[in-house]
Amino acid sequence: MIHSLFLINHAGDIFLEKHWKSVISRSVCDYFFEAKEKAVEPENVPPVLQTPHHYLISIYRDKLFFLSVVQTEVPPLFVIEFLHRVADTIQDYFGECSESLINDNVVTVYELLEEMLDNGFPLATESNVLKEMIRPPTILRSVVNTLTGSSNVGDKLPTGQLSSIPWRRAGVKYTNNEAYFDVIEEIDAIVDKSGMTVFAEIQGVIEASVRLTGMPDLSMTFMNPSLLDDVSFHPCVRFKRWESERALSFIPPDGNFTLMNYHVSSQNLVTIPVYVKQNICFFETGPCGRLDITIGPKQTMGKTVEALMVTIHMPKAVLSANLTATQGNYTYDLATKVLVWDIGKLNPQKLPNLRGSLSLQSGAPKPEDNPSLNIDLKIQQVAISGLKVSRLEMNGEKYKPFKGVKYLTKAGNFQVRT
Amino acid sequence: MTDSKYFTTTKKGEIFELKAELNSDKKEKKKEAVKKVIASMTVGKDVSALFPDVVNCMQTDNLELKKLVYLYLMNYAKSQPDMAIMAVNTFVKDCEDLNPLIRALAVRTMGCIRVDKITEYLCEPLRKCLKDEDPYVRKTAAVCVAKLHDINAQLVEDQGFLDTLKDLISDSNPMVVANAVAALSEIAESHPNSNLLDLNPQTINKLLTALNECTEWGQIFILDCLANYSPRDDRESQSICERVTPRLSHANSAVVLSAVKVLMKFMEMLPKDLDYYGTLLKKLAPPLVTLLSAEPELQYVALRNINLIVQRRPEILKHEMKVFFVKYNDPIYVKLEKLDIMIRLASQANIAQVLAELKEYATEVDVDFVRKAVRAIGRCAIKVEQSAERCVSTLLDLIQTKVNYVVQEAIVVIKDIFRKYPNKYESVIATLCEHLESLDEPEARAAMIWIVGEYAERIDNADELLESFLEGFHDESTQVQLQLLTAIVKLFLKKPTETQELVQQVLSLATQDSDNPDLRDRGYIYWRLLSTDPVAAKEVVLAEKPLISEETDLIEPTLLEELICHIGTLASVYHKPPSAFVEGSRGVQHKRLTSSAGSGESVESPDTGSAAVSEAPPTVIPSQGDLLGDLLNLDLTPPTSTGPPPTTAPGMQLGAMDLLGGGLDSLLGGDIGGSPAMGTGFGAPPAAMPASFNAPISGGLDDLFDLGGGGGLTMGTYIPPKSVWLPAMKAKGLEISGTFVRRSGVIQMEMTLNNKAMSVMSDFAIQFNRNSFGLAPAGPLQILTPISPNQSIEAALPLSTVGPVMKMEPLNNLQVAVKNNIDVFYFSCQYPISMLFLEDGKMERQVFLATWKDIPNENESQFQIKDCHLNSDAASNKLQGSNIFTIAKRTVEGQDMLYQSMKLTNGIWVLAELRVQAGNPNYTISLKCRAPEVSQCVFQNYETVLKN
Repeated sequence: MIHSLFLINHAGDIFLEKHWKSVISRSVCDYFFEAKEKAVEPENVPPVLQTPHHYLISIYRDKLFFLSVVQTEVPPLFVIEFLHRVADTIQDYFGECSESLINDNVVTVYELLEEMLDNGFPLATESNVLKEMIRPPTILRSVVNTLTGSSNVGDKLPTGQLSSIPWRRAGVKYTNNEAYFDVIEEIDAIVDKSGMTVFAEIQGVIEASVRLTGMPDLSMTFMNPSLLDDVSFHPCVRFKRWESERALSFIPPDGNFTLMNYHVSSQNLVTIPVYVKQNICFFETGPCGRLDITIGPKQTMGKTVEALMVTIHMPKAVLSANLTATQGNYTYDLATKVLVWDIGKLNPQKLPNLRGSLSLQSGAPKPEDNPSLNIDLKIQQVAISGLKVSRLEMNGEKYKPFKGVKYLTKAGNFQVRT
Repeated sequence: MTDSKYFTTTKKGEIFELKAELNSDKKEKKKEAVKKVIASMTVGKDVSALFPDVVNCMQTDNLELKKLVYLYLMNYAKSQPDMAIMAVNTFVKDCEDLNPLIRALAVRTMGCIRVDKITEYLCEPLRKCLKDEDPYVRKTAAVCVAKLHDINAQLVEDQGFLDTLKDLISDSNPMVVANAVAALSEIAESHPNSNLLDLNPQTINKLLTALNECTEWGQIFILDCLANYSPRDDRESQSICERVTPRLSHANSAVVLSAVKVLMKFMEMLPKDLDYYGTLLKKLAPPLVTLLSAEPELQYVALRNINLIVQRRPEILKHEMKVFFVKYNDPIYVKLEKLDIMIRLASQANIAQVLAELKEYATEVDVDFVRKAVRAIGRCAIKVEQSAERCVSTLLDLIQTKVNYVVQEAIVVIKDIFRKYPNKYESVIATLCEHLESLDEPEARAAMIWIVGEYAERIDNADELLESFLEGFHDESTQVQLQLLTAIVKLFLKKPTETQELVQQVLSLATQDSDNPDLRDRGYIYWRLLSTDPVAAKEVVLAEKPLISEETDLIEPTLLEELICHIGTLASVYHKPPSAFVEGSRGVQHKRLTSSAGSGESVESPDTGSAAVSEAPPTVIPSQGDLLGDLLNLDLTPPTSTGPPPTTAPGMQLGAMDLLGGGLDSLLGGDIGGSPAMGTGFGAPPAAMPASFNAPISGGLDDLFDLGGGGGLTMGTYIPPKSVWLPAMKAKGLEISGTFVRRSGVIQMEMTLNNKAMSVMSDFAIQFNRNSFGLAPAGPLQILTPISPNQSIEAALPLSTVGPVMKMEPLNNLQVAVKNNIDVFYFSCQYPISMLFLEDGKMERQVFLATWKDIPNENESQFQIKDCHLNSDAASNKLQGSNIFTIAKRTVEGQDMLYQSMKLTNGIWVLAELRVQAGNPNYTISLKCRAPEVSQCVFQNYETVLKN
């Protein structure tokens, strides 16, 4: 199973190591550094590397590499999932996953890693179990700890560890009982230069924030569950009920969690909220080119498109951009060759337009590659797939909780080719 | 307050400071000190010196402090084994603690201390913990058995822990079951045949029950374990599948993939006509698609596995092409994998979309990706016939972009397209030829050369194009050289008249100047083919090639079956069987899919073999296998020529030219020159006699009349006595002795065949290997009656000099194969070079003088012939018998100088100056020849003739 873990920063320094079996010299990472060097961009480092005696399985997240060393045949997905769980836990504990925060909390991180894995087998990865054993640092607690000498390590067996519902601890109490759900959909799409949709799908997620006393048993039903092509659930969801009635029935974890992920890919159901008219060209003669982009609403279900933003990775030869935006601001980063046009709200009466000239390195040949546009946007109060929650009920407890469902549509990987 | 404070050091010396703090009375200070130690440890600093001080802090009721000390112990116990013993008591005591958390912590930590002395103490507490009333302790203890096994496997077996562990599979708590399975799986990896996980329907049932209730990680262990089970029948298979399918909706992708593995494997058992089979197929697609929206690292592993799944069961994802479309910000490793799967899924239904996408990718930035995309277009053309035309036009569009690497890739794939659809798209050749100059990669050059050779008859300037490549022949890579050789031979066979020189050149480059055995062998094969039987050569080289098959990169079916059983593992990522690379598993069982016996369904195993060979090999493998067999049979020993190539010897070259000329005649004249069937099973050289051979007798007569100057009698040709060529020992009782004679211009090989074996010998046949002067049997070996034991028989074999040429060492060496009813035997013998001296070898005086001057001095060699007691006239007469003609004689200061000439069958003239001094038994001879290699032979011949 998982033998060792190395945390490596952007620059390639190992700043934390943890071994669950015998100690493996950090020189094993040299193979990784070699691959990193070769890949140029950190995103392109292959996640599974073979060395003469070990396998290196890594993820790249928040500008950090989580590199695990395994010695025997292990499902690589298991390792990758676990590494993401480590990153999630660190984020959950300290607010973000960064080198400085990990260094500031190095002992806690170390204790956490020790709790999460035993001999390379996952031990406790549920946030609520971990939090019972190692309490997250808060300012109040550290003050109290220093005064009383008490520690932030729990000395009781976490209740969730062994119950058939490990995600929930017993004896939860709240004065305000509330259950909020966010239905968030991301549109992944590729639109070709003529405006035709090449590919489109929706990645949906239902994020929950549940603070309910006792052992509530919730069930959620949808108006149109047949929309969903594929679903994956938090372990708390009873799969049989879903199979038979298309209802989500579950005893929720305490706090924030992801209830389900879903996937809508039948293309006729995927609506593309905006259209993009674009023209980026480079002249055969002379070191310059022209850019003209207009964005307009397509199918927005009567809502306003907000936080509209266009990102373009320009060819290497583009030196600068001299453009005029009718709305919003644009910036061109010379180092990364990224042009960002931040538009904001989309006004259907007055369509935002960005046009002007691009200047190229003199003498450079006409760029061969066409830059792709990446679109960011948000639409509040609507799930673009049309998914709607019809009912949310609670059994098992007597009080009346506050309930709420919010919808949000975002652009995921929304690309327009030129 | 953050932990970074633990890193601050004081000037006094960190270790010293810490030591003081660790021994402090104040609990809080102690704890802070341990934290500092741990902090140093995490960044790889060595704090092992503090071992005794830290261990002293162990006996505490503060759980956090205890845990910290344990962390420290795990890291450093190994380096301080004696000190670690100090901790044992506390461990043993903690294993009895009332708090299950502490019991579990103690047993867990003890297992992590990899010190032999400690493990002895561990056994008792571990035994107790495995039977602990608290499942948390049991599940921790289960993992501890695996740890202990890693340290001391024998101990674990002796103590019976393995059996206890097996019992835990039936534990009431699913988490304990999952951990027991995980521990057993890990142990089983080092004991491939131990049958530790003895799976039977009862245990399977327990595992399936636990599957629903344990953690996500536990589910992975259980699913991976289930995958090793072989269900008894399709009903059991189906019931397991039914209970596993809900796992496909798990949020953890590793659980999903492990479930896919179980389903893919057990599906084999299900009859295909079962409704449930179809349902299952439908259920598999969505989770696989969902995996592709996860993080890129997960996508990568998923894609590698999907690659296997679509090869095994393409129907699962056939409608999901679009999810594999590449986004520009996908990491490169994801892009390449997606592309691979797109081609696998390409079909007539979706080819238009796929092509549009591929064309889009071909304009991206990343060179590797662009190349692969261009190649993919070619693969589509080969896979989906209806799309071929569109693919070709797409490729032409891409060639027009003039982006160098795009053009090169396009040419490589167009070559494959030609192989798949011959005589369909040749109109594009002209466009391809325009880009000849820009090709700098071997593969592209080789492809282009292949195209030119294959379609030489349609390309007007094919010879010029190929010639342009020939200039830098030695700087080309092997594949280009091989291709160039083949292409020129093809060209020659198609347009023989204009390309003789070219083919001569390439054959000599390949055979004489190259160190590469493949190239040399191929060159020799062509050369021999062309010279022995040009018609056969045409059939062989221009044979119709098998069409290229569509999938050249499919995984071999048995490997695929094995890999399907390993979905989700490292093996599936590398597409290699686990035994091939996993070091940790010391011997892995090979897993095989067991398909349902009743349905008789066989896996569609695409024919990969025929496509694996590229265009090159088929051109040298003739359809008439026996011809090749004969050729190879003849190749008695590999050519060992080390001297200069025959191109430097004009005569030799001339001979070779003659050969090709002869071959050419028969080539042009249809099958007139075709080899007569010999009935012996040996391939035979053309029987045609060269023109130069036509009038030996008249030549001889001329000479007779011309002898006047010499005076004396003509003596007969010197005939060396017979010597044993093939001893009976080496030839299963057949002894051959023989000699060579030249009589009236006919060379004969005279042999005595002696049967020293106990059985009758019959069916004799003879064949020569190529030799320096093209000696070859002019007819079959005439031994009409079988040779009975102890009988010997005389045989004379007339020889011609129009056989294939290869320089031998020594020059007059002849390798012979003799076949009889028993076997084929090989021997080599040397013939006197005078056999080859023609009867018209007397040169005109003027010509002699001019030629003598003309031949450069470095071609002159001098030899001494000792102990020869003939006078110059006698010598001259004797030599004349061997067709060495004296042209003039001069006497200077008592020394006779004889000027002599001789002409070899291949047209080489040798001029000689023989100095004979009266009373001196030592002659001096100077030989001048354009091919100085023959001088040594000629000298030897002089010596033998004069002394006998």
